[in-house]
Amino acid sequence: MAEWKMVCKVADIPPLGSRVVRSAEGDIAVFRTSRDEVFALRDKCPHKGGPLSQGLVHGDQVTCSLHGWKLRLDTGEAVAPDVGCARRYPVRIDGDTVFLEI
Amino acid sequence: MKKPRLVMVGNGMAGVRTIEELLKIAPDLYDITIFGAEPHPNYNRILLSPVLAGEMTVQEIVLNDLDWYAQHGIRLHLGKKVGKIDRVRRRVIAEDGTEEAYDRLLLATGSNPFMLPVPGNDLPGVIAYRDIKDTDEMIDAARNYKHAVVIGGGLLGLEAANGLKLRGMDVTVVHIGPWLLERQLDETAGRMLQKSLEDRGLKFLLEKHTEALLPGESGRVAAIRFKDGMQLPADLVVMAVGIRPNSALAESAGIYCNRGIVVNDTMQTYDPKIYAVGECVAHRGVAYGLVAPLFEQGKVCANHLANFGIGRYSGSVTSTKLKVTGIDLFSAGDYMGGPGTEEIVLNDAAGGVYKKLVLKDNKLVGGVMYGDTADGPWYFQLLKDGRDIHDLRDHLIFGQAIGGDAGHQGQNKAAAMADDAEVCGCNGVTKGTIVRAIKEKGLFSLDDIKKHTKAASSCGSCAGLCEQLLSATIGGAYTPAASDKKAVCACTEHSHKEVRDAIRQNHLTTVHDVMRFMEWKTPDGCDKCRPALNYYLISTWPHEVKDDPRSRLINERVHANIQKDGTYSVVPRMWGGLTTPAELRAIADAAEKYQVPTVKVTGGQRIDLLGVKKEDLPKIWADLNAAGMVSGHAYGKSIRTVKTCVGAEHCRFGTQLAMDMGVKLEKMLFDMYAPHKVKLAVSGCPRNCAEAGIKDVGVIGVDSGYEIYVAGNGGIKTEVAQFLVKVKSDEEVLEYSGAFLQLYREEGFYLERTCHYIERVGLDYVKGKVVEDGENRRALYARLLDALKDLKDPWAERVAGVEKQEFEMLSV
Repeated sequence: MAEWKMVCKVADIPPLGSRVVRSAEGDIAVFRTSRDEVFALRDKCPHKGGPLSQGLVHGDQVTCSLHGWKLRLDTGEAVAPDVGCARRYPVRIDGDTVFLEI
Repeated sequence: MKKPRLVMVGNGMAGVRTIEELLKIAPDLYDITIFGAEPHPNYNRILLSPVLAGEMTVQEIVLNDLDWYAQHGIRLHLGKKVGKIDRVRRRVIAEDGTEEAYDRLLLATGSNPFMLPVPGNDLPGVIAYRDIKDTDEMIDAARNYKHAVVIGGGLLGLEAANGLKLRGMDVTVVHIGPWLLERQLDETAGRMLQKSLEDRGLKFLLEKHTEALLPGESGRVAAIRFKDGMQLPADLVVMAVGIRPNSALAESAGIYCNRGIVVNDTMQTYDPKIYAVGECVAHRGVAYGLVAPLFEQGKVCANHLANFGIGRYSGSVTSTKLKVTGIDLFSAGDYMGGPGTEEIVLNDAAGGVYKKLVLKDNKLVGGVMYGDTADGPWYFQLLKDGRDIHDLRDHLIFGQAIGGDAGHQGQNKAAAMADDAEVCGCNGVTKGTIVRAIKEKGLFSLDDIKKHTKAASSCGSCAGLCEQLLSATIGGAYTPAASDKKAVCACTEHSHKEVRDAIRQNHLTTVHDVMRFMEWKTPDGCDKCRPALNYYLISTWPHEVKDDPRSRLINERVHANIQKDGTYSVVPRMWGGLTTPAELRAIADAAEKYQVPTVKVTGGQRIDLLGVKKEDLPKIWADLNAAGMVSGHAYGKSIRTVKTCVGAEHCRFGTQLAMDMGVKLEKMLFDMYAPHKVKLAVSGCPRNCAEAGIKDVGVIGVDSGYEIYVAGNGGIKTEVAQFLVKVKSDEEVLEYSGAFLQLYREEGFYLERTCHYIERVGLDYVKGKVVEDGENRRALYARLLDALKDLKDPWAERVAGVEKQEFEMLSV
């Protein structure tokens, strides 16, 4: 049963940056955009399994550091013409604290 | 509020591309209506030839299907020809009475084929070659008739003739000129082309004037008669003698036309509410018939329609490629030459290779190639850049890649490759895959190919082959932009040069400021532009600009190289490739302590510890720091290594102290970032054991001093370094090398290696700045030393806590 778990403060993630959350179901990448939105994806690119957390965040996308696939942070889907999807985790921000539904 | 209405007359490639560009930058600005005279949605007219030749179907060449129009809310009137524009009431009226009001009108009416004014030109069986209907009629004729005559030996005529021949007809090409393609080829190349087409069974009649087309009993055309009295049977006559801009509608509305609808550099007609793009347009007196210039027009026009007001179309230089399978032919610019020009010619008639380059004032102004067109794109780039080629002159005709490119078996002729041959060795993409993508997905540029197939998107060494495939598949459509005009990425229209200049002239100091000042289209750029901007800022304003870690790609952000499994590699610096037993002991201890699975000696004379976990990085660095070692920058667009031979310190042949010189250079350049990675080598004698001939800066000791070579490259494209200068002392080696690297740091475009930089600006330019102008050299050198003073070891900084969060994992 999925439940909301506290992860960190918003300020712990640099704007346009990311953090890695170790969880029982594997690493989860948590991103913060320039508009201070926070998103979470499984830390594994659908292309060749690269750690998405190590990518560069821009707009509502992250570019994977291994081969440059671009994934949408809000859906986890690859930007065309690439096709693929990384699992998305729901994020809730309560005050200045980030919660993940895992 | 109601949206303003944009109406477009014409539903062809140039017009629809303009709408696509408009939707990209201002998706909701207009209520859009399109009129198309043909019953089809927008299709790729360039690919009618493969349809005729039976290589593709009509369905496959559709670029925008009906769903596309619906998705973008575009009202589409197909099969309706607009007959009238009422400029006072701002309405267009189709021949069937359909009316639409406009606030902005875009004319993209294309062109009409020119029909020879000879008796019988309206007989059944006499057609032009312009659209799907013509193509269908030709395919139909090939089924039922035998004799075809194509009038016109231009690109279109030859493609029509080739297609009809493949469909089994007996084809004669009638041409008024003295040789084929006289607007693209000189006589020699024209004759070679004729010969190889004759070998395929086509017949040619040159310098023939058509007098009349004669009907047979059925009323259909049956023969063609020439002015000299000769007569040929002809069941199908295809006129391909040229096109005329279709400006009739505009003229009838009183819009100023002169061999096309006259527009200014923003693609606006004399009526400010009316714009025009495509083959119907006369821009600065020129009407273009190739896709690339028309797409450039479309981009500019869309920008103005979107009220952005940026960008002017200032005309295009075009190049041509004949799309007849198996024939390689390329021409560009002023290929005939004339007074004031010089020619370099290579003619191997038996081998079927002919190349002619036309030069004027040491610049390439045109060229023709037949047989071997591999270097067409390179020549065309030199031509567009207006690059002074006098330093290349002695080997210019032999092309760019004497050293050859790696990764595709040394192939340089795309036409000769089999469909299953690998073009891109990095991503395993075959010729067949690329050609299919070009055709099926409607790709028009190298960038499109990279996005859709991944070919040329990694190391880029096959970009030339991809360009060849592109031009062979879609003809003259491919036009490279001039090097200093290419946009940095899709986030901006501005080029690297414009960005660098703006940063310097306006004293911009943050990535965000640059984006705001230069009106970036995206809120925070992308993985292409942000690293470039960050580099331009730190290299232009050293010590003043704060480095932006979020604009660094991962390796530079965490000062280690990411590996395929997400672990990192760590390379400690070993100045000049020298180490000590104490350092080796510390490395061995660290490798054991952090369970490093692989320890490897690198090509740059360093030791690489591969497979370090990210959270262990600060710890292993702390241990290495404690033993006196610092970052080796093996991860950066930065100084990598100075490789040395043992030199006169030990070697019986050595003339100079190579190790000592190498250490001095490496210490001087520590932590130097650059447009791309920078590698040096110092050899103590001309035997050159340090392989200085393929380094960005290579120093070779001789008895009387040092020779300095620059812009070598041992990677994808093997480039031998070029001689810059001979100097006497160690201090001069530091000054000249430093000045050269500073020039590159200040002027290079991001991700441009020194060999690419010199290819762009020319070695003479660099010599002028670094060798001949002593004052400038000393100033460059001083700026380098200033930029590099007081830099700290980035590893030690991380160990002390900088960017701490990078290396700490969260948990739930």
